[in-house]
Amino acid sequence: MEQILMRSNYSKKPHRMRKTPGEHAFGIITAIILIFCCVMVIYPIYYMFIVSISDGYAVTRGEVVLYPIGVNFKAYKIALGYSSVVRSFWNSVLYTVVGTLIAVVMTALCAYPLSRKKMFGRGMITFIVTFTMFFDSGLVANYMIVSSLHIKNTIWAMVVPGAISVWYMIIMRTFFQGIPEELYESAYLDGGNDWTIFIKIILPLSKAVIATIVLFYAVQIWNAFIPALLYLDDSNKYPMQLLLRNIVMGSNNAATGTATVAGDSAVLGKNIKYAVIFITTAPILVVYPFVQKYFVKGVMVGSIKG
Amino acid sequence: MKAGEMTGNTGRGGSAHGWKYVKKQLYKNRCLYAMIAFPILYFIIFKYGAIGWLGIAFKNFNAHAGFWKSKWVGLKYFKMFLKDPYFYSILKNTVLISLWCLVFYFPVPIILALLINEVKNYMAKKLVQTITYLPYFISTVVVCSLVVNIFATDGLINEAVVFFGGEAKTYMSDPSWFRPIYVITEIWQHAGWGSIIYLAALSGVDQQLYEAASIDGATRWQQVLHVSLPGIASIISIQFLLMVGRMLTVGYEKILLLYTGSTYSTADVISTYVYRRGLINANYSYGAAISIFQAMLSLILIFAANKAADKIGAASLW
Repeated sequence: MEQILMRSNYSKKPHRMRKTPGEHAFGIITAIILIFCCVMVIYPIYYMFIVSISDGYAVTRGEVVLYPIGVNFKAYKIALGYSSVVRSFWNSVLYTVVGTLIAVVMTALCAYPLSRKKMFGRGMITFIVTFTMFFDSGLVANYMIVSSLHIKNTIWAMVVPGAISVWYMIIMRTFFQGIPEELYESAYLDGGNDWTIFIKIILPLSKAVIATIVLFYAVQIWNAFIPALLYLDDSNKYPMQLLLRNIVMGSNNAATGTATVAGDSAVLGKNIKYAVIFITTAPILVVYPFVQKYFVKGVMVGSIKG
Repeated sequence: MKAGEMTGNTGRGGSAHGWKYVKKQLYKNRCLYAMIAFPILYFIIFKYGAIGWLGIAFKNFNAHAGFWKSKWVGLKYFKMFLKDPYFYSILKNTVLISLWCLVFYFPVPIILALLINEVKNYMAKKLVQTITYLPYFISTVVVCSLVVNIFATDGLINEAVVFFGGEAKTYMSDPSWFRPIYVITEIWQHAGWGSIIYLAALSGVDQQLYEAASIDGATRWQQVLHVSLPGIASIISIQFLLMVGRMLTVGYEKILLLYTGSTYSTADVISTYVYRRGLINANYSYGAAISIFQAMLSLILIFAANKAADKIGAASLW
């Protein structure tokens, strides 16, 4: 009892003695460093936003540093006026939705059996699966697989090769393992088989972990650019990330970019680039605050018990 | 996951119980096997299939002839790689980028976690965490786009340098700036997220230890050094070994986006070399040979790291 009291006391008032000047200095230095870190993290994102909504000439003159000048949304209008930007955005949405769906179903179908200790051959299957985490066969071999399956230049090349992330599978499996064994036993007694137990009992109990994994996959697929770079030749199928890379990295891809904006190109160029960067990031920024706790929970499960 | 789980269980059942037992077990768990069939098919096709395709490293692979009709050439491409004038340079760059990360990136999440742990105000703590985790979710392409723009000749950094009387530089095409820029983006994007694991460990440190230390007159700084840090020492060593184990697998994604022809001398690593020589120049067999070389060395490193983790008493990595 005394311990509990002491602890609760601790969490409110860390030090029962009066704060010495040293303690104060420590608190202030900690605060200053952390505020500095936060500013360093936020500033590039903030900068990208203020440049994208500022007047093009002010940007070129280097006046836009702390706040937007001559606020306007012309850059967004122009960026969204490119059919390639809009098309790529919807491509990304499509790949993300289809890819996440496939990935979550596949991951759950892998994680559930591996969480059942009674399954014969579980150790061997676990080994087969986890070994792939440590052996990276490299770009060439993966490219060969995709091209030999004749799925190059299709949506399947975007969503199938990365369908199961072993790491996320382990997170899910760890969660399933935490479900009390009695639940399974009573379900078996009621005549349920593993399919009905999985669908009717386990999945409804696992909403939190499934939400986590859905978000992990969705972010991963939305952000992926290597599969598109390797497997897509048709620019009509490019996702946002590859389009952005072509625009910003000054690739010679003439279908997009600044060259087509007559006259103003040099001036508008920077704004438009930043506008496209922001459009690419916006979905993440919108979703992030709401899902952050799930992300953290997920990584905790994976890192501690996994 | 413990090491035993991965390999030890395979011995259970099997011949010791006889074929009848196996059949009975297989029948009893048929639903589970049906579920895992698709995932296993996936691993066989995409992961083990890819490992199979690495066989072209021993062949003179020709896309028209296909895998089976291409001629065997033995170790030709491995020998070629060892004699490649770029061999040492890409190996050196790979190791050096990893070392830079080890020296400059590795301590940052630890320090960040120790600092966040000292914030006693719940809201402030959550806010700092929310902000510092954010970059992890931003795509590599966006991060690199920002970097390229901010470090450009007319970018923010140069504007600041000129403003304070310096001279504008071409950072992105300067080989000596590649590693610093790489590590800076690494810190910016991953330090916050990387701190989670240390924060979790810190929350497991017994609060009474702090209490006792403060009664003994330890300042908060001393508490950090003598209570917090030892409390997470084992997780630090695990993370360290993990990072050493991954030394040869420097990701190509970010480097492909950041490097230019003029920075190859410091930026070109094994995986980007495989991309250019193997895929872009369609020299598939050579690319596969380099991949095998890299995968083998990585595997050895990872297992050595795991062994080392076992030795120093930290829980094994998996």
